Amino acid sequence: MGTQRPVIELTDIRKTYGMDGNAVHALRGVSLTVPTGDYVAIMGASGSGKSTLMNIIGCLDVPTTGRYLLDDVEVEHLSDRQLALVRNRKIGFVFQSFNLLPRTTALDNVELPLVYAGVGTTERRKRARAALELVGLSERMHHKPQELSGGQQQRVAVARALVTAPSLILADEPTGNLDSTSSSDVMALFDRLHRAGRTIVLITHEHDIAEHAERAIRLMDGQIVSDERNGERGWISEQHTVRHGSAR
Amino acid sequence: MRFREVFRFAFAGLRANKLRSALTTLGILIGVGAVILLVAVGKGSGAQVQANIDKLGTNLLEVSRQAGGFGARASRNTGTQSSVSALTLADAQSLVDPVNAPDVLDEAPVVTASPTATYDGATHQIAQLVGTYPAYLTATNWQIAEGSAITDDDVNQARKVIVIGQTVATDLFGTADPVGQQVMINSVPYTVEGTLQAKGSSGLQDADDFAIAPLTTVQDSLSGFGSLSQIVVQAKSAGATTAAQNEITSILTSRHHLSATASPDFRVLNQQSLLATSSSTTHTFTVLLGAVAAISLLVGGIGITNIMLVTVTERTREIGIRKALGAPRAAILGQFLVEAVMLSLIGGALGVAAGLIGTRFTVAGVKPVIVPASIALAFAVSALIGLFFGSFPANRAAKLHPIQALRHE
Ligand SMILES: Nc1ncnc2c1ncn2[C@@H]1O[C@H](COP(=O)(O)OP(=O)(O)OP(=O)(O)O)[C@@H](O)[C@H]1O
Ligand SMILES: [Mg+2]
Repeated sequence: MGTQRPVIELTDIRKTYGMDGNAVHALRGVSLTVPTGDYVAIMGASGSGKSTLMNIIGCLDVPTTGRYLLDDVEVEHLSDRQLALVRNRKIGFVFQSFNLLPRTTALDNVELPLVYAGVGTTERRKRARAALELVGLSERMHHKPQELSGGQQQRVAVARALVTAPSLILADEPTGNLDSTSSSDVMALFDRLHRAGRTIVLITHEHDIAEHAERAIRLMDGQIVSDERNGERGWISEQHTVRHGSAR
Repeated sequence: MRFREVFRFAFAGLRANKLRSALTTLGILIGVGAVILLVAVGKGSGAQVQANIDKLGTNLLEVSRQAGGFGARASRNTGTQSSVSALTLADAQSLVDPVNAPDVLDEAPVVTASPTATYDGATHQIAQLVGTYPAYLTATNWQIAEGSAITDDDVNQARKVIVIGQTVATDLFGTADPVGQQVMINSVPYTVEGTLQAKGSSGLQDADDFAIAPLTTVQDSLSGFGSLSQIVVQAKSAGATTAAQNEITSILTSRHHLSATASPDFRVLNQQSLLATSSSTTHTFTVLLGAVAAISLLVGGIGITNIMLVTVTERTREIGIRKALGAPRAAILGQFLVEAVMLSLIGGALGVAAGLIGTRFTVAGVKPVIVPASIALAFAVSALIGLFFGSFPANRAAKLHPIQALRHE
């Protein structure tokens, strides 16, 4: 693992909402390194700061203090245009609350990132259809979000995140609204992407989902309380992994 | 990201809220339509006044007697010599003077009467019979319809000939040809030499209830040889009327032995200055109408801003989603700007159509005359309004952080 170049490198990230009196410290000094090709599950109680952390990693939000290197580039110094490019090309983001465009068909929703990437109409159509097929929604692609169930909307959101073939996939509870069948379908998809070399970070509450990942990070009150790697002998603390990393 | 996609998103955005888009468009439509229509009405009324004055003759000056006004009486009280002299034939002749009145082309003395004409049992009271010289016709812009005008010979020999207006002709002769017929004017037989082309009515007066006969004839049989009622003077050009007016005033002042301070016993009416006054009035009118219209256009523009603000606020989440998926600021800005400009351009185009349709009707008795510049201006202004008023909310939307925008409910 130590030989892999890090994609994400967070150093002492803090995020505070609100002013002095009723300030909420969502993140209190998170440091985390994710190497290329890693498969990370972030766990923790509700309100522990998982989504906040994910938004910062996805360049959708900025930390109050701390340093964030994405592919060795300091995100803070990126221009609006460069940030747009990073969000469009490098990152596929699945939101906890889907965030699909209303009054817009599933197909058009999935096409959207390709539009901003400047992909031509026919090519766009083809890739969006393929992505929807991948999540098992071929027959529903001309339906609008309000005509889809929660689980179907979630799968549209997953398809949209995958359609640009990003190297980094960030998913905030991608299976939160899915039954066990769809859930394992989506997880099988992530496993396949992982095997193809993509870096995946996902948030989950469920242990069997976290089992798919190679590494589990636990957050509590805005701090990382454990960082374990999934080995043959079960979960081993990351400190050990680092020590025995070369043996794997 | 191509422009076509920006356009497509903007169009979808407008379609998503059809009623709102339609109402905003309506605001601009009314503004642009009003500008075009009101400016056309102003222009039309100006043209109408011009046409009315053209009918009378633009180079025309009318000298008439003015019985002692306030100034005359005041000067009499202080003992200064002042009286109302008659306008004489000699006065009239003195006005054609290449030395003292270089701007006067010709003159025609005028006496008037309102006699009764009869022909074959039909009777018609002529509203105005003018006894004058042939020059009168050119000065006052009368055209002969049929037959011929009165001649110098007619005047010299006091022939009992008459040229009648269309109203007189129809009343006495119906559809028959009046030329060469004998009519009785206050029981004196006159031969109809010709008819005048119709001028139509201006205001309440019927300009065609009119007849012209030689001066001498009318003096002989109708008006007597007292003062002339008028001297009609034709200036050399429309631009020379003011100079001619001054020359006439100075000639008559000296002929009537008036002191410089006494108020004159004659009056020179200048059609050209009437025209100038009325055209400046109609200009003011046009500007006023234009201003009202411009205000309504501005209100339409504020409508667009308001709608764009509401739209942007309402669609903040959408903006957040788009930015999260990699839309650069320019794409967001472009989308909302195109929406605003499309609203105002559609409104502008419909407004131009509405304005053009409106100008085909007579508005308040005025036939509107389209001013092409007003169309171009109104259309350009509506496009600029879209750009200007749309850019503010669009820019505000484009600057948002994705997460800020997404949290917005
Ligand atoms: N915009 C905000 N303003 C103020 N406080 C916020 C804001 N966003 C999040 N918080 C607070 O920050 C903390 C962390 O929130 P976050 O959304 O990261 O939790 P989470 O771990 O994702 O929880 P869940 O599992 O319920 O999604 C919470 O206490 C939340 O109330
Ligand atoms: Mg969350």
